[in-house]
Amino acid sequence: MAAPVRASLMITCLGDVFFPEVGVAMVRLLRGLGVEVDFPEGQTCCGLPLFNSGYHHDAALVAARTVELFERAEHVVVPSGSCAWMVKTEYPGLLKHDPARRAAAESLARRTRELSQFLVEVLGVTRLDARFEGKVTYHDSCHLLRGLGESAAPRALLRGVPGVELVELPGADQCCGFGGSFSVRLPEVSSAILDKKLASVEATGARCLVACDAGCLMQMGGGLSRRGSSVKAIHLAQVLAGEGPR
Amino acid sequence: MSEGLLRTTLPDRAGAALRDTFLQQALTIATTKFIDLRRESFEGFPQGEALRDRARAIKEATLQHLDVHLERLADNVERLGGTVHWAATAEEAREIVLRLARDRGVRMAVKSKSMATEEIDLNEALEHAGVTPVETDLGEYIIQLAHEKPSHIIAPAIHKTKGQVAELFSRELGGRFEADPEVLTAVARRALRQKFLEADMGITGANFAVADTGTVVLVTNEGNGRMVTSLPRIHVALMGIEKVIPSMSDLVVFLDILARSATGQKLSSYTTLVRGPRRAGELEGPEEFHLILLDNGRARQIASTLREALYCLRCGACLNVCPVYRQIGGHAYGYTYPGPIGILLTAMLKGNESVRELAHASSLCGACKDVCPVRIDIPRMLVELREHLDREKIAPWSERVVFHAFRRLLLSPAAFRLSARAGRWLQRPFVRAGRLRGLPLLLGRWTRTRDLPPVAARTFRELWKELR
Repeated sequence: MAAPVRASLMITCLGDVFFPEVGVAMVRLLRGLGVEVDFPEGQTCCGLPLFNSGYHHDAALVAARTVELFERAEHVVVPSGSCAWMVKTEYPGLLKHDPARRAAAESLARRTRELSQFLVEVLGVTRLDARFEGKVTYHDSCHLLRGLGESAAPRALLRGVPGVELVELPGADQCCGFGGSFSVRLPEVSSAILDKKLASVEATGARCLVACDAGCLMQMGGGLSRRGSSVKAIHLAQVLAGEGPR
Repeated sequence: MSEGLLRTTLPDRAGAALRDTFLQQALTIATTKFIDLRRESFEGFPQGEALRDRARAIKEATLQHLDVHLERLADNVERLGGTVHWAATAEEAREIVLRLARDRGVRMAVKSKSMATEEIDLNEALEHAGVTPVETDLGEYIIQLAHEKPSHIIAPAIHKTKGQVAELFSRELGGRFEADPEVLTAVARRALRQKFLEADMGITGANFAVADTGTVVLVTNEGNGRMVTSLPRIHVALMGIEKVIPSMSDLVVFLDILARSATGQKLSSYTTLVRGPRRAGELEGPEEFHLILLDNGRARQIASTLREALYCLRCGACLNVCPVYRQIGGHAYGYTYPGPIGILLTAMLKGNESVRELAHASSLCGACKDVCPVRIDIPRMLVELREHLDREKIAPWSERVVFHAFRRLLLSPAAFRLSARAGRWLQRPFVRAGRLRGLPLLLGRWTRTRDLPPVAARTFRELWKELR
């Protein structure tokens, strides 16, 4: 028998502090697929908030630390498209002045994948054991869609869960208005963008809104609960692990 | 540097735009239409993607030797009997036009749509000098009647509904006009016909200028460009120096993607090629042709962060798809060029100080980059611009303090753990039904419209101890 695939979780700052249930679902899901999971405990955040706001020197320090921390990981799995994008696309550039670090960053970039891409590309998952009753719709997070070019994997996985009825969200590819610090720099604009998104979500009649990014989920989930909607925003991992909304 | 700064804040301007129901309605309808038209146009045009790459490569290569191409253009324009003027600044460009008008007794100038003339505030300068500028593009005409500024690069009156235009025309032109675009267009056409005949000077921009042939190219949809360039006795074209392209075969590449990106058309209704003034034996055309080459901060960006912004064709596609532009419209940006590309152009033309707030008017969603005909990586450049704001200490000190502290937190797992614990304790008064509401200070900007999940009773890292 082949050696099991080993994956290190990059849980992300939001995932650790605000959405631990996503991480738990992910561990259950991956172990169910025979993956050996570990969690390097020194991790904090990928540094994307620093990078996006222009604090690149600070982001580079965080990147260097993260690269070191995951140096020996066979695969790194991230439940957030934006953080995966940061590691894969921006780390090498941030560390370009130190050839050794740059090389290490490039190696990490190759080993890192967003969860849905890991499941499809590395594990070749098409069908899941879980059950999940009901209509769901999927929001493409900007970084996963346009940054990493992925729109098929999450949808294919959702369709692979018995019981799931996936309905397309009109304007699924449009931003939810989160944008990290943008959401508090221009809160009115961010909320207006969100309102449009949520109106289309509610029009689908789905009971769950699925996404692959903690930032989008915080924004859309926060908006849904504020407007007293019955729609729940949940992470793909939760559906794939067969966990209904709380 | 403060001369160019605005007195209102971006959040105030954005807020006003969000509360303007007419604007919201007009923006949604128009941008949605533009998005659909563009998508349909490229769907039926499989070679479009390769042409976009080609167009980008031409821009890149041309900028490498911009001086050579510009001199070639100037030589060819002069060979055709035109006059070339070099303007280092907006002020110099205005002076050139005003001097021409003064020396030649110009009382009225008809204009076709040009963002470059907006950039140098030419209309105000002309009025001040006693020359009446008349905008002849329908959208620009509307804007001029309303004493406003364009709010979109190709659809200057995008912020107005047809009802508002009907009211404006009724008030300004005398009459009672219904809110029917065809009726309103006919009204404008009638009013403008006479102006074309009366005007002594025609002023245009340039979508492209072909160095090899000395051809100035105008891409328009209303035919007014032809009237402006052929009826008055003097034609003045103003163009940013980055608009030069080497050859006619390059022009074909750009024409194939420009209108598709802008309006979803295969070609615009009119593509006007101007080569100098009327020559002996020709029946029409102006007696004089002047080409003004405007730098105004462009050349110094060729080797800098904002270089790619010089590839811009001014198609407006990035505005239409931008979630921020679609919510606040062009005026809220506060400067001549709105939208994501406008932020970069504003930084280029007015300096980094002027985009302290604007640099953050983007969620970095990347939709702009996807539709840009020359694939300008706008999100990346915005992030780089923000980096400059930090490095040049233009970003507010309070923000810099917060982010530097945040970095320290991220570099120390112990401090990170502690802050989660502190958050759990501090959030207690704000938890309502398992959600955070009514948070103070910066977080209040979030909770005014959205709930926030509370710091979990146990973070993942705490749960991991049992999961491992």
